[in-house]
Amino acid sequence: MYQRTPEITIIGGGLVGLSVALGLLKAGQRVCVLDGADNDARASQGNFGLIWGQGKGWDFAPYANWTMDALAAWPAFAKQLQDLSGIDVALDQSGGYEFFTDPTEFDAFEAELAQQATHLGNRARYEMLNGEELRSQMKGIGPDVVGASFSPCDGHVNPLRFLRALRCSVQAMGGHVTLGATVSAIRLQPNGGFALALANGETLQTEQVVLCAGLGAATLARDLGFITQVRPQLGELLITEKLGDRLPFLSSTIRQVDEGGVQIGGTKANAGLDDRETLPIMSKLARHAVTVFPALADVRVVRAWGALRVMSPDGYPVYAKSSLHPGAFLVTCHSGVTLAPLHASALADWIMNTSPTPDLEAFDECRFALSHAA
Amino acid sequence: MNVASRFRTLPETGDCVQFTLDGVPATAPAGVTVAAALLAHSGAWTRQTAQGAPRTAYCMMGVCFDCLVEVDGTPNTQACMTLLREGMTVRRQTGLRELNGGQRD
Repeated sequence: MYQRTPEITIIGGGLVGLSVALGLLKAGQRVCVLDGADNDARASQGNFGLIWGQGKGWDFAPYANWTMDALAAWPAFAKQLQDLSGIDVALDQSGGYEFFTDPTEFDAFEAELAQQATHLGNRARYEMLNGEELRSQMKGIGPDVVGASFSPCDGHVNPLRFLRALRCSVQAMGGHVTLGATVSAIRLQPNGGFALALANGETLQTEQVVLCAGLGAATLARDLGFITQVRPQLGELLITEKLGDRLPFLSSTIRQVDEGGVQIGGTKANAGLDDRETLPIMSKLARHAVTVFPALADVRVVRAWGALRVMSPDGYPVYAKSSLHPGAFLVTCHSGVTLAPLHASALADWIMNTSPTPDLEAFDECRFALSHAA
Repeated sequence: MNVASRFRTLPETGDCVQFTLDGVPATAPAGVTVAAALLAHSGAWTRQTAQGAPRTAYCMMGVCFDCLVEVDGTPNTQACMTLLREGMTVRRQTGLRELNGGQRD
């Protein structure tokens, strides 16, 4: 007897929504992705492309381990994207540095990494290098760098090709991606399922809905009874002209794209939904880059932009199933690049509740309930 | 092919500027941009992309970045936004620039 597979609709066609869609498609679900307007706050089009674990979850063991799982899953995931989409996301996971110019910050980060290592056990991999050690190992590091941490697990991808590879992979798997489909409200249907009211006046029916709309999730999350409130965090970054040389390092603030340009970023500010770049921050970024690697001094900056990170109240991912409305899910996180391999695999098992369902209890939004009520 | 004929030139004062292109002496009317001088000189390619494709000045207004050349040792200089000066050393930009140790002129 033919049984109709429940249709799952993903609201949000960024890195998170497309990753979740891909996982569900691989698990045999029929999936539709609704992507919003061009001028939405799109973290997926402004990010740095880092696959990064250093320090993550130092005070929250589940996140430390979840991140480490993701780092380990990246090589196979990149190959899968290549096979499905024909696009090489330029994964380079040969390790990354965190550079410091302030000894106090260097020591504080070392303490965080030590704490993180207690969660990771024998999976922990990092080393601390003082300025002299660093400069003896790597030519060109500036004299004002007091030290760096290094993790061999960290890496990066080309962020724009990654976004495109995900969308093409979803489509190659038979998923539908509808662009310009802003969902303005979600109504619960009396007999189960959901009605999605689009901004253009259309209404779509779906049996299950996964909300992956980043900063656009606010009112829709309330429609579904979720209490998580995400906030925007502004990051600014500079792009230089392309270089024929390869930088001898990858760091969390300075990375060279496979095509040759250097991205310089990593600032954090609360500016609401204003994603414009600012001159003081841009000059601070440039100064930082030249301090770390003085040879960058005469390299031209050709572009600069700001983009908004999606931050949950504690900065960790939120994976929540609605207890009131079965079939409604909320998925939101800051690290949509790093965590993508898990969003495209384990999260599908969690959504479909198939065995083995990963234990994602630690990432439920009930952790916000007290502060929310207060 | 007389590329220069496609353009209307600025009123000539009769003054000339000497410069070198890839080490070869060349002359252009005073007051023109490096890009205009290079187009008038031969119209041949003035840079190669990272993939080796030939390019030369196109938009002449600072937008397309296809006119990049090395001027007095500074790579990736927009020739259309740079006025030609007496004695300038211009080199065609082949491929991506390298790091040169952060030296400024």
